Amino acid sequence: ERGHGPYQPHEPGYGLYQPGYSPYDDQIPDPKSRTLAIRNAKAYLLKSSTTSGLNLYDHLANMLTKILDEQPTNAVDIIENISKDVKWAHFQKKMDTLRDEHEILPTFEAAEKRKALFLKANEEGDEELEEEIGETPLPNVMETAFYFEQAGIGLSKDESYHIFLALKKLISVQPIQTCRFWGKILGLEMNYIIAEVQYHEGEEEEETEEEAVTEDGGKGVGEVEDEEEEKEKEDEPPKSTYKPPPVIPKEENGTGANKYVYFVCNEPGKPWVKLPPVTPAQIVCARKIKKFFTGRLDAPVVSFPPFPGNEANYLRAQIARISAGTQISPIGFYQFAEEEDEEEEVEGGRDTYEENPDFQPLSVAEMVDSLSAWVHNVQSILKQGRCVWLNPLQKTEEEEENEEEEKAEEPDELPQELQQEIGPPLLTPLSEDEGIQNIPAWTAQPSTSLIPQYAVAVLQSNRWPGAYAFASGKKFDNIYFGWGHKYSPENHAPALPPPVQAEYPSGPEITETRDPTVEEELAFKAAREEALAAAEEEEDEEGAEEDEEEDD
Amino acid sequence: MEASLLPAALELVSGGGAGLSPEKRAVLGSSLLLLQRDYRFERVWFWGCIQGVCGAYYIAEGLGPDRAAPRSRLYSLNCVEWSLLPPVTEEMVMQAGRLKGRFQGDPSFEYEYTERNAEDAERLFEDGKEPVIKEEARLVATIEQIDRAVGIIPRGAFVKTPLGSVSENRNFEGLSLTEAKRLSSYFHFTEPVNLKNKTLLEKADLDPSTDFLDSLEHDIPQGSWTVQLEKGGTVVVLRSLLWLGLTFYHVPMTKQYGYIYFGNGEKNLDLPFML
Repeated sequence: ERGHGPYQPHEPGYGLYQPGYSPYDDQIPDPKSRTLAIRNAKAYLLKSSTTSGLNLYDHLANMLTKILDEQPTNAVDIIENISKDVKWAHFQKKMDTLRDEHEILPTFEAAEKRKALFLKANEEGDEELEEEIGETPLPNVMETAFYFEQAGIGLSKDESYHIFLALKKLISVQPIQTCRFWGKILGLEMNYIIAEVQYHEGEEEEETEEEAVTEDGGKGVGEVEDEEEEKEKEDEPPKSTYKPPPVIPKEENGTGANKYVYFVCNEPGKPWVKLPPVTPAQIVCARKIKKFFTGRLDAPVVSFPPFPGNEANYLRAQIARISAGTQISPIGFYQFAEEEDEEEEVEGGRDTYEENPDFQPLSVAEMVDSLSAWVHNVQSILKQGRCVWLNPLQKTEEEEENEEEEKAEEPDELPQELQQEIGPPLLTPLSEDEGIQNIPAWTAQPSTSLIPQYAVAVLQSNRWPGAYAFASGKKFDNIYFGWGHKYSPENHAPALPPPVQAEYPSGPEITETRDPTVEEELAFKAAREEALAAAEEEEDEEGAEEDEEEDD
Repeated sequence: MEASLLPAALELVSGGGAGLSPEKRAVLGSSLLLLQRDYRFERVWFWGCIQGVCGAYYIAEGLGPDRAAPRSRLYSLNCVEWSLLPPVTEEMVMQAGRLKGRFQGDPSFEYEYTERNAEDAERLFEDGKEPVIKEEARLVATIEQIDRAVGIIPRGAFVKTPLGSVSENRNFEGLSLTEAKRLSSYFHFTEPVNLKNKTLLEKADLDPSTDFLDSLEHDIPQGSWTVQLEKGGTVVVLRSLLWLGLTFYHVPMTKQYGYIYFGNGEKNLDLPFML
């Protein structure tokens, strides 16, 4: 008599009208089947994959755990990536019996070197401290960096500080009188950090002696060879009459283009390398080529015309050109020493200057407005490649003797008269600089227009992009950050190879003419035979007598 | 580079010596935010600075929901007031390609043509006046050329959704140190040109969601990128030699990356001689 009361779970039709149960539960009468189905499904999920050894059940569990732990936004959009990450993480933790050797990344070594900069050397006692507080050749790199930063130029403060310490290390190692951070040149593999340095008087004579020795040795060998050749002159093929143009000697260390010595390093912390002095041939060639620096000083410079030297020489030549073109100072800061006689310096012009103790700085507005408020304080380099012109045809006594012997063989070579080259004298104002096309050579700007009281006057060079100079009151400095090339609006056109040389001089004795063609030869032969036939008729009588004589 | 990361990023790209003064840095922080508000950009990138003879142009780009769509470009002379640049056309690029020399620094400066060919002569007869090109158009064309040629991103930084739009990859954790030194881990962030030319074998290895752009490996001429580790090996800096002044930085194993241009705005056509 029980009506349709609450159905018990084991009765059919139980789930039909209960909330939370779908009407189809009815079709699985046996609840055990459901658990069986669940168990089957779970067994399937737990089945390990044959390829990776994982099973889906664990993987899903890990994934959901990770999602619930991290709770990323919009997890459904990145679910595949999360799954990949979980799988990836699974393979990382291998409990190996061997412990992994800690990977020594190259970054660690570099960090070691940089840290070494910050260590104070133990040997420096209190005595050195007194010296440093006084006059020190170390420039205040951070102060310069601050002024340049006002104009948006410069390296990060970290790097500037590292360079500061690297310069300090350089000074403690070498006997240096003045030192300046010249700038940074970028390269393909590594960059160069360059310091401009002047030695104490009499400190850097080592290299010049070696060069003098090799020259003497070379001359001795040459004399011996001449004697041998004179004996065998008749058998030898004709000697070449080519005489290479005279080599222009480089300027002495401490003058002209070699006034300063430059040290470079790739990164602060690495040892400083001294650059060799520059020769005029290198400067002349550097003007004709345009190559990137690789960052290794011993790399060859492959170019046409062939550069006499490797990258260290090319770098030095570019530094010399940039310095000559862009090192400037406010007018009046440097003056010529008044003690020199004006009669002496006719050829070279003055090449030394000293600081003016009565320097009155101009205001920033004046420094920016007119370029004549700035002057060059490095001698410009002449076309010859030197700062002071030298006539290469001036011969020493030995060379004149040799020349007399050889003069007979050289009727063609006439020594050309070279004109003396004159460049602008030292301390010329920038208004004399010629621009490129219609662009002035320098662009002057104040560092800020909002706060003119504390603005800094900044100049950018347009001929050497990357060269900057600032002035603020009595402080000024120059710096270079760039690739090391001159600006030219036209594309670089490399020099063409020279024309093919003549093999021999063409004159009345030897001239080149075209070979006769076959027709000409046949015609000539025919004409000759006719002439012979004509002559034979005339000489028949005499010819018979001659023939009899010849037969004997 | 991303405007919000500008202060940290400027420290990392300053290896070339070019940067921004403290005044500009301070004002950019706020003016770029205001740009985002005014133009409803989703992202604002500070593109860089082109030095003219008398002044400099500071450029910013704004991106919408699809990061690969053409970007809106704005310029400013003082980083405070920004003006929208007209969208670029192929004709502008062609005309600007013929100009040589520095930018002047004045957006209304007009360049005169030095070369004439048959097409120009025809146009001359039609219009009755000389064709001139304004510096503004040259600016737009130059920015477009630079972006197309050397605007790069690390591999995996952006994903292409099945609908075709491109968005940032939130799972990008940075390249590893070995990957970061290889040119093939960087892509040009522009319409791919070489992708279709790859062989089927190569295409099989690519993942279409992340490898939908050209990589730097096959750039002509070879060697037009320098890859360096700076700051003791913690930052990978790529510099372009074709457009001198473009610097890209990435800190390996982190999400920091970006590129910025500080330069003259002139293509380095002497590159083959200089390598």
